[in-house]
Amino acid sequence: MPTTRRIIAAAAGTIVLAFAATSCSTGGGGDEIDPSADITEQTLTVSIWADYSPEDLAEQFEEATGVKTTIVNHTTNEDIVAKLTASADPGIDVAFVSGQYAQALGEQGLLAELDKSLIPNEENLYPEATQLPYDEGNVYSEPYAWGTTGLCYRPDLTGYDPTSWNDLLDPKPELVGKTTMLSTDRWLSMPALKAQGASINTTDDAELEAAKAQLIETKPTLLAYDDTTFYSKLVSGEAAMVEAWDGWCNYGIAEDPSIKFVVPDEGADLWVDTMTVLESSENKEAAMAFINYILDPEVQTWVAENILYKVPNKAAMEALDPALIESYPTLGITVDELMEQEAIIDLGEDSLKYVDLNAEVLATN
Amino acid sequence: MRRGLAPAPFLAPGILFLIVFMAIPVGLLAFYTFFKRGRFGGIVFEFTFDNWVKLLEPLYLGVILQSIGLALVVTLLALAIGYPMAYAIAGLSPKWRTVALVAIVLPFWTNFLIRTYAWILLLNNAGWVNQWLQGLGITDEPISMLYTPQAIVVGLLYMYLPLMVLPLYASLQQLDPALREAATNLGATPWRAFRTVTLPLSIPGALTGCIFVFVPAMSNFVIPELIGGGKTIMVGNLVRDQFFEARDWPFGATLALLLTILLVLVILVQTAVSRRLTEGPRRG
Repeated sequence: MPTTRRIIAAAAGTIVLAFAATSCSTGGGGDEIDPSADITEQTLTVSIWADYSPEDLAEQFEEATGVKTTIVNHTTNEDIVAKLTASADPGIDVAFVSGQYAQALGEQGLLAELDKSLIPNEENLYPEATQLPYDEGNVYSEPYAWGTTGLCYRPDLTGYDPTSWNDLLDPKPELVGKTTMLSTDRWLSMPALKAQGASINTTDDAELEAAKAQLIETKPTLLAYDDTTFYSKLVSGEAAMVEAWDGWCNYGIAEDPSIKFVVPDEGADLWVDTMTVLESSENKEAAMAFINYILDPEVQTWVAENILYKVPNKAAMEALDPALIESYPTLGITVDELMEQEAIIDLGEDSLKYVDLNAEVLATN
Repeated sequence: MRRGLAPAPFLAPGILFLIVFMAIPVGLLAFYTFFKRGRFGGIVFEFTFDNWVKLLEPLYLGVILQSIGLALVVTLLALAIGYPMAYAIAGLSPKWRTVALVAIVLPFWTNFLIRTYAWILLLNNAGWVNQWLQGLGITDEPISMLYTPQAIVVGLLYMYLPLMVLPLYASLQQLDPALREAATNLGATPWRAFRTVTLPLSIPGALTGCIFVFVPAMSNFVIPELIGGGKTIMVGNLVRDQFFEARDWPFGATLALLLTILLVLVILVQTAVSRRLTEGPRRG
């Protein structure tokens, strides 16, 4: 075992290194956008969630445009945001992040403004999809997929059709120990906030306190918190009703068609996964071409058909096989219905309030 | 024997490894604990003690104490189950010994996550165990076994039991059989021979096993989440969440450093006790 003195010496050396490493992590920035640039000379690195795009997307895009493309994966928004903020040039040109993260990254100056002359396919989007509160006018981001959150349930086990978040927060006695909630990010607090009529973006301490009290009261009635396998708990019959993202409920429906999805009467969130171009990218023209390629109806139809998420692409949704919508009713949620939901936005420093709320609810026994 | 600096070159790769992958990261952790969080993670270089003060909040202290408690229970259970196992294996013929050891290590050939999910399939309310219990008419209603602190203990115990058995086996197997024979020849009953000869000599192995179990059990965050259903969290979950959910690197670093300090303390105690037992004055 090394002596204490050696440890101290090593730590001191480390501190010097740390200063050196962190003091050079600002600035950067790529070149200006030149619409006439030859993109075949550029190479592209795209970071997206795993299993969220066609397996051969890189080859497809390369074939269509001649841009050599590498796809890398991230697991969560936090994961990619950490990568993007940790160094001046993370080596990524296009990053897929949720809307509120695009907002935050944009405000930090880390994203390039999109040159719409390079993204003519934006016209395929629903008009609503260009006016979302996290990025009005799609200055920094173009939407890839969107949806909402609700209750995913097995009518044969619940015995009724739930209509309110209170069906989850204060379950009937026979459903105690048969429900799960999401525990991540803003989705833990959402049911309690919506149930009391508050905004899911509230920063009001009294509202957050009330939501926290409700969630702590609900905790003993839950089977578990589950962000990844809730739909399989429904299929196996372990759970009767779970808080679920609409697209994920479909993975349960795929195995058990009796499973249903409902957005409670109090409303829910509108989440949007977006595509952004990094300000540090040296390949911005190719990056915009990539986003344009994704907004092609055929490519985005693939997303709806295979990921079972709704896409904000009007032409793509209209091209969808009606039989698929019949099998997966969440794909049939209309744009108007979706617009009634509340978009999650970044709250800046106030987002710490949600962090503390989550920690307290999850750590309370 | 001359003991100058001659062995130093042989140590260089190891020391380099320790500096790069141990001293520097731990030093960084310690450094980060005195600064503020950046909005998107990272560090804002404004000096503060807030992170250490936050550690004392009942919320976090509670989780830390709870983790120590859970890891302690797991360690004691592993010792109680692992000791007889190791003792029995050490007494087998060489051929069967190999078979037994391979059987102990075999689960490590399967991915940790897959084995954890296997427990979920077995123990959930609609799982195999409950199906059998109900099918055999032993219970009418499924017994809730998952998503409780007890389930976390079972999951951790399963995961780390081999780490208790192996060092215990190694120390028991090295014991000179002549010692036990001598005790028996001098009139000791088998129990007394075990109690006065085998047991004291195997304590260093047992302590090593305890460390091997306690350290990873204390910092595990996957089992509390999957088998514990996220309802009981351990300090490992707190650390993970600070980095990946809260984007609060400084406080995550503080928690991680505290965990490291606690575990180093435990290891120091173990080393001191072991040394005393093997080198210190013999006692009857």
